[in-house]
Amino acid sequence: MSDITKQSLSELVENIKNKKISSSEVTKAFIERSEKSKELNAYITEDYSNALNKAKQFDEKPNLDLKLPGIPMAVKDLFCTKDIRTTAGSKILNNFVPTYESTVTQNIWNEGAILMGKLNCDEFAMGSSNETSFFGNVQNPIDKNLVPGGSSGGSSSAVAAQLTPITIGTDTGGSIRQPASFTGTVGLKPTYGSCSRYGIVAFASSLDQAGPMAQNVKDCALLQEVISSYDEKDSTSIDFKRNDYSKELTKDIKGKKIGIPKEYRVDGMPKEIEDLWKKGIEYAKDCGAEIIDISLPHTNYALPTYYIVAPAEASSNLARYDGVKYGFRAEGENLIDMYEKTRSEGFGAEVQRRIMIGTYVLSSGYYDAYYLKAQKVRKLIKNDFDDAYEKVDAILTPSTPSSAFKIGEKTNDPVSMYLNDIFTVPVNLAGLPGISIPAGHDAKGYPLGLQIIGKAFDEQNILNIAYAMEEKINFKNNITDWWIK
Amino acid sequence: MSKNKSEYLIKRHDNQYEVVIGLEVHAQVSSQSKLFSTSATKFGAEPNTQVSLVDAAFPGMLPVINEYCVKQAIKTGIGLKAKINKRSVFDRKNYFYADLPQGYQISQFKDPIVGEGKVILDMPDGQKEVGIERLHLEQDAGKSIHDLDHKNTFVDLNRSGVALMEIVSKPDLRSPDEVNAYIKKLRSIMRYLGTCDGNMQEGSLRADVNVSVRKKGSKDFGTRCEIKNVNSIKFMQMAIEYEANRQVDLIEDGQTIDQETRLFDTKKNETRSMRSKEDAHDYRYFPDPDLLPLEVSDEFVKNIKSEIPELPDEKKKRFIEKFKLSPYEANILVSDIETSNYFENVIKKSDVKLATNWIIGELFAALNEKNLEITESPISAGNLSKLINLIKDGTISGKIAKTVFEQMMEGDKDPKKIVEEKGLKQESDPKALEALIDKVIDDNRDKATEYKSGKVKLFGFFVGQVMKVSGGKANPQLVNEILKKKL
Repeated sequence: MSDITKQSLSELVENIKNKKISSSEVTKAFIERSEKSKELNAYITEDYSNALNKAKQFDEKPNLDLKLPGIPMAVKDLFCTKDIRTTAGSKILNNFVPTYESTVTQNIWNEGAILMGKLNCDEFAMGSSNETSFFGNVQNPIDKNLVPGGSSGGSSSAVAAQLTPITIGTDTGGSIRQPASFTGTVGLKPTYGSCSRYGIVAFASSLDQAGPMAQNVKDCALLQEVISSYDEKDSTSIDFKRNDYSKELTKDIKGKKIGIPKEYRVDGMPKEIEDLWKKGIEYAKDCGAEIIDISLPHTNYALPTYYIVAPAEASSNLARYDGVKYGFRAEGENLIDMYEKTRSEGFGAEVQRRIMIGTYVLSSGYYDAYYLKAQKVRKLIKNDFDDAYEKVDAILTPSTPSSAFKIGEKTNDPVSMYLNDIFTVPVNLAGLPGISIPAGHDAKGYPLGLQIIGKAFDEQNILNIAYAMEEKINFKNNITDWWIK
Repeated sequence: MSKNKSEYLIKRHDNQYEVVIGLEVHAQVSSQSKLFSTSATKFGAEPNTQVSLVDAAFPGMLPVINEYCVKQAIKTGIGLKAKINKRSVFDRKNYFYADLPQGYQISQFKDPIVGEGKVILDMPDGQKEVGIERLHLEQDAGKSIHDLDHKNTFVDLNRSGVALMEIVSKPDLRSPDEVNAYIKKLRSIMRYLGTCDGNMQEGSLRADVNVSVRKKGSKDFGTRCEIKNVNSIKFMQMAIEYEANRQVDLIEDGQTIDQETRLFDTKKNETRSMRSKEDAHDYRYFPDPDLLPLEVSDEFVKNIKSEIPELPDEKKKRFIEKFKLSPYEANILVSDIETSNYFENVIKKSDVKLATNWIIGELFAALNEKNLEITESPISAGNLSKLINLIKDGTISGKIAKTVFEQMMEGDKDPKKIVEEKGLKQESDPKALEALIDKVIDDNRDKATEYKSGKVKLFGFFVGQVMKVSGGKANPQLVNEILKKKL
């Protein structure tokens, strides 16, 4: 069955349940394609032989009532996986093998899925192009030397190139939605507190959230249904009623009110993006939605706020990587010397930059002017959304201000790199769910995404809107398998 | 006048200096598991056997608050008559050290769980109130062991993450004696509540001591120095004495005092500079984003209030009013919960006055001699109660009772059995006593004549002889009466 890897998750599940194909066949097919795709550098760690064994075991005693029966899957290397090396894309965790499993991945294995390997990402999820990874750049399957976005760049590349039928990423400021947009795939950042953070290498605790990445909205809904759970091991996990997102998925969004925030028309936004947005509005109207102009007045402050809050939390979260207990250690003359050498050699430039920013904004004398003020602005940004949701059910924006850029293009210009997150960051600051769906191509033929932002805990609604619009948009990814010789 | 007598002042030439002391006490919460993890907290376990992935700060591990520790902190707050804050916040205190796996300590900075309260001290010249500034919950660090190897430091994380209550006093203390009384009172309250075992040897109670001096009568505080991590009352007192004198000498010498953190060297009996204000850590406190603000309901606090036992101050009041004890006696008996329990068990079935004297006198002396705690007393409350009843009903004299008591100390024997076995019962039969007395008078005719001719002092001699002949068992009161008649 040569076209196994072309099948969507939903098709694979259907075919396995109907015993048309076995888990072993599916697993073998994705492994074979992954092996032929090393040039993409999507994987950091492969676990193929274990995956094949598990698939065999599944086929011997198949439990077809599960939601992901015998489905092979690679996951972002930010999720701790028991007995499988977990690096967070960093040299400092190069040799780290957890003895425990993250709640989100455990939920996935509990539904019958099988781990194929760990996917590349920006170091500690800090980046928008996957270029900060200690394990090298990831290629976007759309075109050679094009970034796949970041930080979940290995994940977006692997899903777009069909090395894995589906995957999970994490999103702190856009790390699921931006790479989804850059690769013509679907990515959902759930409401903060929806998916447990237990066992996920922390970047910025108040913003981090795991979420599904898929080829279509239906697959995305199914995976969200599996990973979202209340978890007592995460004090910020929220106990709310979770839908069976895939079962309750509907294209009927007639009468839904969709807001268009005027502040998202940022200066210098390419006309292509403006046009895409307009097209999106038309698609939404075609689906029966009502379009309403809204204002999110503090949007301008979202990026600076994010680049205070996230580095502040990161500077503290990353203090544990000190060479004392696990991971990389450089020898030193004494404790301080060991710390300095370990962290200078173990962390890459972007991570060091953010640790320094974070340390600075938390320092006494600067705390009030930066961190405290950022927290206040964060509240205002959240209030903007609360006010908007008095009038609308969801908000439609572009996912990114541009399409994917070339590897190396923005490496030396961090601010221009940070600007990539301008439409996604406010959603994290407000703790809301947001989904990016592919909606068109730019002049170069690179995919562009639209973002639908929902109310807190209203994943079902934005999945429905995305599902309805997906049909109208009828997006087709142009992937030529250029990397396969 | 008595006030001046106990005033602690440091004199130099014509100047008198007052010492101002504030304490930050770190009290380990009595709990089965740690503040944010389920690891055990038992003292003395093998190194690194009580460490969870959370305590060792593995990637992706998250803290989850231990509700029991929150209850314990609130309970202690109530015991300190303090304001309970229904909303408090956990902050991260960031610093690097090998025994601090997270690279930060989770503590409470701006919004502690307990606000202002007070502690009453019973000093020889009356009561003194010491203000409590706040109480907050925080994690303990691990332990660095530097002396096992000449080159390497070893780290034991058993203590990492154990819950501590930091209790901050106002700068209300004025002498080493007051510090002694304060620590003892704090310890007593927490032991009554069961919130901290107060064991200073095991490090369950230690303190940072803030010391400054000022000329007597001055209203302004002097520059203070903080002496870190002192782990016994004796050392606290020694450190204060040294530090206060050091500061006075500097002032007298025309120098200024630097605000700094100092260490107390117990071997040399001196404090040494650890770091100056300029080198002070910038801990970069900020709210821990892994933990939501801690909110407790009225109901929650109310339920804890209903579990609060009678505390030392109230117990003392009751002992004075109900049992007519002197404040001195009451103080001693309520100082720790075990002693007061023992006392109340003894007086259930025996005379209060006698029980008080026997416990404070004989029992304490005997326990002291054997270096035993009241909980380890060889004499149970029940048997002491029996002994007191034997005295009260005249079965034995007070003197014989001491002999019986000594035997009871050898093992918890029933005093009645000892009295029977050894034939120590008091002779109270007037006829038998008359016969004894007749014999004594007969044997000492000359002395009897002298007595009758006015040498009344000899009465004591006769009592002594009767007691001697009876082997100490004669009822002294009856002996007195009969002797008076017979002579």
